[in-house]
Amino acid sequence: MKILVVILLAVVAWVVMIFNSLVRLRNQVANAYKQIDVQLKRRYDLIPNLVNSVKGEMKFEQSTLEKVIQARAAAMNAGAAGNMNEILAKEGMLTQALGKLIALTENYPNLKANESVKTLMEELTHTENQIGFSRQLYNDIVTKFNNEQQVFPNNVFASMMGFTAAVLFELPVDAKDREAPKVELTV
Amino acid sequence: MNIYEQQARNRRMTWAVMFVFVVFFLVIGLGFDFFYLSFSPAKSPDYKWNVAGYYEAAVTSQPVPYGTIIALLIGFGMVANSMVNGAGMVLRSTMARRAVSTDEKERRFLNVVEEMATAAGMPPPTAYVVPDPDINAFAAGINPQNSVIAVTEGLLSSLNREELQAVVAHEMSHIKNYDMRLMTVAAALMGAIALLSDLAGRSMRPRYGGSSYSGSSSRSSSGGRKGGGLAAIVMFVVWIALVMLAPLVSRLLAMAISREREYLADASGAELTRNPLALISALEKIRGAVTPTSAINNGVAHMCITDPRGSLIEEKLGLAADLFATHPPMEKRILALKVMAYQAGN
Repeated sequence: MKILVVILLAVVAWVVMIFNSLVRLRNQVANAYKQIDVQLKRRYDLIPNLVNSVKGEMKFEQSTLEKVIQARAAAMNAGAAGNMNEILAKEGMLTQALGKLIALTENYPNLKANESVKTLMEELTHTENQIGFSRQLYNDIVTKFNNEQQVFPNNVFASMMGFTAAVLFELPVDAKDREAPKVELTV
Repeated sequence: MNIYEQQARNRRMTWAVMFVFVVFFLVIGLGFDFFYLSFSPAKSPDYKWNVAGYYEAAVTSQPVPYGTIIALLIGFGMVANSMVNGAGMVLRSTMARRAVSTDEKERRFLNVVEEMATAAGMPPPTAYVVPDPDINAFAAGINPQNSVIAVTEGLLSSLNREELQAVVAHEMSHIKNYDMRLMTVAAALMGAIALLSDLAGRSMRPRYGGSSYSGSSSRSSSGGRKGGGLAAIVMFVVWIALVMLAPLVSRLLAMAISREREYLADASGAELTRNPLALISALEKIRGAVTPTSAINNGVAHMCITDPRGSLIEEKLGLAADLFATHPPMEKRILALKVMAYQAGN
């Protein structure tokens, strides 16, 4: 009888430990997502400035500029609606549109010499990197969280205790603009 | 081995290093007391016939073990000092100044530091710039909450954004792995050992005749130990040899730890940026700049990304260079990163 009680207590303690570590990881995931969110907001603020300062010079790239503006609006709408998969898809499209714009500015020596554009470009590169690195951190933590739930003894209890796998922040596979923009290497 | 195991391992290592150094302190201090001040806890006490009619151990007054007390005080004092003031002292000695966001290059540096802090999931360290044309960088501070990363002006002007990112990631890994704490403690203890060994060595006079054995003429009851003269001389010689070797051994120990931490910081830095090639090209540029970093003195060498004495010392691949260098040879570091890049590419 005593032995049974001891075993029961050990099992309970062990389940409590799993539960606590899962809760901690879930909070870390939420926090890491907030970090991405901060950077995404920064990017929304940066884009209008950037488009305004380059549109005079980049008259022949109207479609690229428009794509950036549309992608920004779509991403902001998705963010307001709050559907995770939708957010991932729209933010992915915005990242690609911006990547194309940055690559295209390389063709305009006047822009590259312009001080305010240079500052904006550095800010944009910084923000893009911040988004990239916070996404990297988020994905690492999500992977850890999901692993913790799905390894053998834990998977028995995890779903019972109401834990579900978190979504990785990835670029959607079907995005049309996923291929890298063409860069002309003529000097 | 993941980052948490690394941190745990580093903390254990810090304790192990402390332990080895405390043993050194005790050997130097107790030996000094034993041979010079006739301090010996193991001495058989004097027995006196007391009034109650039996023998009683007399309360002998031992001399105060000044040597041991001074040794331990110096050791822990220096560690405590470098823990509290370490970062500030390093920054003052290199004349570093805060990076400003008005300058284009320094703005980029500030941004990169912030990016790497995001990647590491840590609060961003304070960014400093060292006015020196050579290419070098270092981190300081004993915990991630108040740490600093400093780079030279030469580094800011000659590295591109990705290479700068790689260097900052290397320094960030030092902070994240608690290398700075380990190396700060090791360096302070190394200095204390050198100081003590010097003190003990200077006080060395041919007076082992005056050790506790023959010097205790007032307590003639220790007659059972007569004939220990030769043993005393042997012990004294062994002690002197230990005192002479202590700085060397402690230096070898500290340098071995330092080199290992460099490899580790290269690896985890590359993991932060997921771009080992950028660190390779940064290291190539650093290696190309052969002039020594004059603003950074040798005391800070173990915290830098490369030895500030210039790469000429680094390139010696001999045994002595391997044992006494703060950093592994650049060739080996680059090779290790190339292997990493190759594996990632497959």
